[in-house]
Amino acid sequence: MALYSEKVMDHFRNPRNVGVIEDANGIGEVGNAKCGDIMKMYLKIEDGIIEDVKFETFGCGSAIASSSMATELIKGKPVEDAMKLTNEAVAEALDGLPDYKMHCSVLAEEAIKSALEDYESRKK
Amino acid sequence: MIYADNAATTAISEGALKTFIKVNEETWGNPSSLYTFGQKAKEILEGTREDIAKAIGAEFPREIFFTSGGSEADNQAIISAARLGERKGKKHIVSSAFEHHAVLHTLEKLKKEGFEITLVDVHENGLVVPSEVEAAIKEDTCLVTIMYANNEIGTIQPIKEIGEICHKKGVLFHTDAVQAIGHLPINVADENIDMLSASAHKFHGPKGVGFLYVKKGIALTNIIEGGAQERGKRAGTENVAGIAAMGTALKEALDNLDDNAKKLSEKRDRIIKGLKEIEHSAINGDETKRLPSNVNFCFEGIEGESLLLLLDDRGIAASSGSACTSGSLDPSHVLLAIGRVHDVAHGSLRLSIGEDITDEDVEYIIKNVKEVVEYLRSFSPVWRNLVAGKAEFIL
Repeated sequence: MALYSEKVMDHFRNPRNVGVIEDANGIGEVGNAKCGDIMKMYLKIEDGIIEDVKFETFGCGSAIASSSMATELIKGKPVEDAMKLTNEAVAEALDGLPDYKMHCSVLAEEAIKSALEDYESRKK
Repeated sequence: MIYADNAATTAISEGALKTFIKVNEETWGNPSSLYTFGQKAKEILEGTREDIAKAIGAEFPREIFFTSGGSEADNQAIISAARLGERKGKKHIVSSAFEHHAVLHTLEKLKKEGFEITLVDVHENGLVVPSEVEAAIKEDTCLVTIMYANNEIGTIQPIKEIGEICHKKGVLFHTDAVQAIGHLPINVADENIDMLSASAHKFHGPKGVGFLYVKKGIALTNIIEGGAQERGKRAGTENVAGIAAMGTALKEALDNLDDNAKKLSEKRDRIIKGLKEIEHSAINGDETKRLPSNVNFCFEGIEGESLLLLLDDRGIAASSGSACTSGSLDPSHVLLAIGRVHDVAHGSLRLSIGEDITDEDVEYIIKNVKEVVEYLRSFSPVWRNLVAGKAEFIL
């Protein structure tokens, strides 16, 4: 049996929404290099809708795939929907992750939330 | 596929496979049976014991004990020395920080029993310093165990000098030679080795078989209890075909040792030279005192598992000391032992090349590692920070 599902490998090999948004109005970074995973999310939100999202990730295959899938799940969605994104939803959309890799989906959820919080705090 | 993970396991050689099949087909009797058919299997077993003893410079064939592999041999050697030591009130063992887990975990177990363990430094170059081993030996030291060549970074230890010190001090000396045997010339008598562990599948023999050399006069403690096989020291019907195939593989490896070492070192050095061109990278372990097959690098700003997966996509099978490939949160204990910090230890790559490697393979490996490292750095937030000057380069 392969280590990862086809979906994970697809998102790892062809990550969606990779890169930087120069005029992002919400940026979140979680993880640390010591543990081997860092995710950075850039959001461009207009009228409460996530118009664009991009990510950069330092990490293993499932970390890259989780970041990619998380961006797909929130792109074009209202902010309140994105706030409800869970790590389980990310893992499920990837057709599952090995148990010891579930923390990658947690990081993806946290990275999105961190970027959304940054957006909220900038509004004030 | 370019198989560059020969430190993990090697392909069984044609000759060893032939031996394995032949023995299983023709001489599958139990060596402990008294009838002729069983005794024929016994002859093969004892013939192989003799060959292996000669090949490593042992004085007597009965100094070779067949095991299930390197881990069992390491366990039995260390436990035996510990039991002999504690009878004399000696409960201190000297080893190094970057031993294989078969050694380190056995030492951990003994520590819980009240043994004191000293792990000598392996320094930035991945080499144990004999005088530091000498300084670590105390009145109550019963064993020094230092690996012959490291399994991750390939550094070759000054075994002969360490053995000499141990003998001068009257302390038993064991070496885990799993990565070295069949690849480096080894003579247990010349190199003052009391016990040595070996595993067949690291030198083109089958998996699940290995041996422990134990100098005459050192009493072994059983790890596996049962029948009277291996002079009562290792129970279980012998893996005759596997043992015979190991004998064939070792003979082949030693017959071609010089040629292979020369060829591999030349290819290794070219790969090292090529990968050094990658900015902010560093070779792990001494550049020359290393196994002819071993290349090990850290690349800053990337993580090893994604590197391996992308190399796999390009037909290169390699390994990494990243945490994500081990299932734990910490990267390789070997890389940490030579002073690599977590941040860069996660971005390591081990290539352990095989004798069938071609010039084209060398070029292909260099080109593809360069491309994949560059690609992963292109969307690494760590790399971005480093390039932007927001963090300091470590390598």
